Amino acid sequence: MHHSESTAIHPRGTLDFIRRFFANIPLLGWLAGALAAVILEQAVGTSLAHALGLPRIPVLFGFLIFLKQPALIPGALGYVLVSNILPVCIVAKIGAPLFNLLSRSLFRMPIVVTAVVHLAILYAIFHIWTDVSAYRLIMLKLMLISILLTLSLNVINGYMGEFSCSHPGFMALGAYAASLFTVGLFVNDRLFGEALLVSDFAVIFFPLGLIFAGLVSALGALIIAIPSFKTRGDYLAIISLAFTFIVKSFLENLEFLGGPRGLSGQPDWSSLPMVFIIVVLGVWIINNFVTSTMGKALNAVRDDEIAAEAMTVNTRKTKIIAFMFSAFWAGVAGGLFAHVIRFVNPSTFGIQKLAEVLAMVYFGGLNSVYGSIVGAVSISLLGEALRPLEILKWIIIPLLLILVMIFRPRGLISFKEFNIEKLLKPRG
Amino acid sequence: MNLTFFLQNVVNALQWGSFYALIALGYSMVYSILMLFNFAHGDIFMVGTYIGFALTTAFIALSAAGIVVLPNWLILILTIILAMLFTSCLGMLVERIGYRPLRGGPRASAAITGLMIGIILQTTVLYIMGAQRVLFPSLIQTTTYNVAGVAVTNIKIMIVFVSIALMIALHQFVQHSKWGMAMRAMAFDYAVVPLMGISINTIAAMTFAIGSALAAAAGIMYGMAYPIIDPSMGILFGWKAFVAAILGGRGSIMGACIAGFLIGFIEIFVATIFPSTLRDLIAYSIIFVILVFRPHGLFGEPYSARLRL
Repeated sequence: MHHSESTAIHPRGTLDFIRRFFANIPLLGWLAGALAAVILEQAVGTSLAHALGLPRIPVLFGFLIFLKQPALIPGALGYVLVSNILPVCIVAKIGAPLFNLLSRSLFRMPIVVTAVVHLAILYAIFHIWTDVSAYRLIMLKLMLISILLTLSLNVINGYMGEFSCSHPGFMALGAYAASLFTVGLFVNDRLFGEALLVSDFAVIFFPLGLIFAGLVSALGALIIAIPSFKTRGDYLAIISLAFTFIVKSFLENLEFLGGPRGLSGQPDWSSLPMVFIIVVLGVWIINNFVTSTMGKALNAVRDDEIAAEAMTVNTRKTKIIAFMFSAFWAGVAGGLFAHVIRFVNPSTFGIQKLAEVLAMVYFGGLNSVYGSIVGAVSISLLGEALRPLEILKWIIIPLLLILVMIFRPRGLISFKEFNIEKLLKPRG
Repeated sequence: MNLTFFLQNVVNALQWGSFYALIALGYSMVYSILMLFNFAHGDIFMVGTYIGFALTTAFIALSAAGIVVLPNWLILILTIILAMLFTSCLGMLVERIGYRPLRGGPRASAAITGLMIGIILQTTVLYIMGAQRVLFPSLIQTTTYNVAGVAVTNIKIMIVFVSIALMIALHQFVQHSKWGMAMRAMAFDYAVVPLMGISINTIAAMTFAIGSALAAAAGIMYGMAYPIIDPSMGILFGWKAFVAAILGGRGSIMGACIAGFLIGFIEIFVATIFPSTLRDLIAYSIIFVILVFRPHGLFGEPYSARLRL
């Protein structure tokens, strides 16, 4: 709505034209378009790639080809156009009236039903898209996990306004706790001996293991939360940084968990549906949390702690809950991560992990669920797309982040509420 | 633990702590002026070491080729002076690109740019030098003196003395020069001082330059004591020196020095008493406990609403 009004006043550029051209397509239409595109790719992708002179289907929208094999660029561009962009746009635009109709009838149902239908289509897209290669599957899983991790850090750093560096520590606690749970109980291995239980019920036991991981890491969060009563800003940053180092070197010294060599042999339970459901659930719960009264209390503590206290906000309770809640989800993300990689070692959860997750939070935007999703997805995709550049990518990504910080110091999409109804509503 | 053994470790800890103290000074000075931590400082220290390495190698090559024949002590002095100069230019560049555009913005954003500049510096060195470690050329023949059973090398003596001399020089500069007075005024109230005709940009650039120069000196001395250097040394030392700066009390120069030595002592003594794998665990736990009970550090002023990340 807002866009069409502003375009009526301003001179019309190509961008405006494109925006208006696609303005009447609901989210359902885009999802249907993407679904059509992935089905098309699965059916004719390989032969299309061969016809364009590519050895196989480009795994990541041709990004890896752009940097590695310049000779194949036209083929890759053609492939992306024919198999990704065109099907999405054509199906979405032509089907717009139909999708609006469907969307309108869906919208009359409870919002949960509408959301579940959209998510089911999204899952179908992911499922078919990752069918093409194992690389896509692992990349998508890690990307989804990083959304959860980023969002959980945003609760502390964005909504509550602290600068916490403890997330690699929480993640490590979760990763090890979940691994201990699954490897110890369900796998025959050197460290813990015979499996105590049969592993036929992964669907039930793995979420239990993740809850255990989350609880362990929430318990660890108390170590940060209690000093945070007296301490803020820089000192809390150091305390949380020290926490990360302490967890890391504590795990390095635990011989029964493999010490610095780490722990391997996790069962392959982080399947795509499992990761997808847990991450969606996590995003939903965190979004509810930050929009609840408790979320407002977090903002109050951030903006002025003394005023918040005067307005009957129990700041201590707020901080404890926020830290434990955030750590819980970081722990769950850690547990999922350990079962995707199927190996954990303490050095995974050091300064590099910290820089990565901080980059995702601050790139995407503070105080915003959208921002965390955008930040996690774009940094992950960028990291993968620039992989052929090897270490030079560690110059390009930081430079980009510096530019974002200079021109949008609070991140790309900050202070924006996640409005599910606005997202799913029919348009036109 | 007998007395000789104890004294031996005190000597080692003094040397180890002087690196931390010199690097921590850079964090602390920038903090006192701009109220932000220059997270790239550890990597500036690393680049300073590599600049020192390049200069020393170049001078030795020139001497060997017979073009400019210099004695080793002169090479060392020239290296230290030139490396301090170049590294302070790097420090000013970092300030200009990474921090000045963000002045007045959220402090967390500045922290992120600092982290990112650190990654860029590290990657650049990695790209130029490759991942393998390099050997810092030795300029001074190590002589070991035996004082009542305690082994003291001439390099250790030099490191401790040069560090303390630099600290005293800095103290004199800050307390007794006009520039130092401007810095102290800026640290006291950085909103009002520009109204008195002191340019905040000049003072900020100067602070970065001094901090970086001290880091370069620390880097070269580190290279002489532990000749194997690699690009990840900035992370290792930087973060611990950062912890020292906080532990000393933010913005407190004396605090940073003392906390730097304190961390050196903690690390050395933990490593001698316990298995060395426990070093980080115990060191950080001690720091953690100190900060929980003394949240504003050893010499810092208590929390005020103005100081927030």
